[in-house]
Amino acid sequence: MSETRRVRRRPPTVLLVLAAVAVLLFVLPLVGLLSRTPWSRLGELLTSDLVLDALWLSFISSLAAAFISTILGVPLAWVLSRVEFPGRSIVRAIVTLPMVLPPVVGGAALLFALGRRGLVGESLDAVGIVLPFSLAGVILANVFVALPFLIITVEGALRSTDVRFEQAAASLGASRLTVFRRVTLPMIRPSLIAGVVLAWARALGEFGATVTFAGNLQGRTQTLPLAVFLSLESDRDAAVAISLLLVAISLIVLVALRDRWWRS
Amino acid sequence: MPTRSRVALAALLFAAACTGSGSLDAAGEVNVFAAASLADAFAEIEKAFEAQAPGVDVRLNIAGSSALREQILAGAPADVFASANRSVMDDVVAAGAANQPQDFVRNSLVIGVPEGNPAGVTSLDDFANAELLLGTCAVGVPCGDAAQRLFDRASITAQLDTTEPDVRALVTKLAAGELDAGIVYQTNTNASAEVDLAYSPDAAEATVTYPIAPLNDASNREAAIAFVNFVFSEDAQRILKRSGFVPLDGAG
Repeated sequence: MSETRRVRRRPPTVLLVLAAVAVLLFVLPLVGLLSRTPWSRLGELLTSDLVLDALWLSFISSLAAAFISTILGVPLAWVLSRVEFPGRSIVRAIVTLPMVLPPVVGGAALLFALGRRGLVGESLDAVGIVLPFSLAGVILANVFVALPFLIITVEGALRSTDVRFEQAAASLGASRLTVFRRVTLPMIRPSLIAGVVLAWARALGEFGATVTFAGNLQGRTQTLPLAVFLSLESDRDAAVAISLLLVAISLIVLVALRDRWWRS
Repeated sequence: MPTRSRVALAALLFAAACTGSGSLDAAGEVNVFAAASLADAFAEIEKAFEAQAPGVDVRLNIAGSSALREQILAGAPADVFASANRSVMDDVVAAGAANQPQDFVRNSLVIGVPEGNPAGVTSLDDFANAELLLGTCAVGVPCGDAAQRLFDRASITAQLDTTEPDVRALVTKLAAGELDAGIVYQTNTNASAEVDLAYSPDAAEATVTYPIAPLNDASNREAAIAFVNFVFSEDAQRILKRSGFVPLDGAG
């Protein structure tokens, strides 16, 4: 009785005010963007070659990055949550590094490792693989920044699931891989989808690591965020239009997914 | 009382620091927005100026000229603007943010290559070679527009692999050996031991002129004008020349 009454009581004003400030922080820049949008020229601006090229590259590279992040990130998240090994906390810290590292630094680090004169890149160059200034380079930079989001989300879910379901399946004779596929993955499905979407969203907005590692060339490496950055200096209307496009794509995907799968 | 007078003195100093009202010449902070290619020279000029005007604290904001123009037009706290070409400065003047900019120095575009020129680049024609990794600044950035004019004049369809947001990003990629060649400024090849000069095109299109102006909305106009005047002084012009810039009255 007393509990239900407490729930029905008005939420504390302090929390409401702070929450409203938080919402304002998101909404205000969005309103700023909308107020500067050249609505009458929007169609023309968004169908220019520059925008269509960038849209296509962003589409391809962000999806590829989300896919690769899933293939590599889920196994690592599983290892981190289920296998005890020395240095696990160090691996965990390294995994989250790209989240705190300025993306430009990440891009420079990629260049030092995988560029033509880089540690590994030199051998790649010898066999004819040059990652900088290529779509592969864009995807690589995207994976670098997006992967941590997937790993952290999935690992958190794995750690909070009940291991006894897995133990029960194993005791009934299922192999470890079967347990992973048939028991573990279905249990963390909502978090897995959330992780994939977060990784995709991070890759879609990626700028710093991409421009540093993969450069900027229309039709080859210029994704939407790069197109926005460069348009800001030559054609502000175009920059605002592309920004609006990015916001719209992200919002549509995030809202649609949230309603369908992401509800818990 | 000693304590009270000390407090009063502190308050006075604080007020002086806040208002920046000049006692002798100029004082306070002055925000100088300077083109990326001016970075090294202006860092030296800042020191030389502050040595002559000890009350002034110069704050340099270095970026591509066109990025700076956008910041200024969006209301960033700028007192002085030094641009790497006239058209970007003209935009700022047209928007009513500055009056009567003055040209203060020239720079020339050259072909920059990684140390030792591993790809053996010798002329602008090499920019038509799709096998090479080649870069310029982006169109809209002074060094990118000028590079495009150079290609147009020589009727070259450049096979570029990247168009960088500013000249420093381009120089970094050349220094790292990731690009075989790029169109950069003469001053870049002077400043960087890892970037060599492979060829300097002998063309009017290869020359860029730098204008400077105090901004109309400068919060510290006195210091802004003092800084602009200093850039024309013998000391500052010597620093610019040492960095590879060409003085306006000099030969070249």
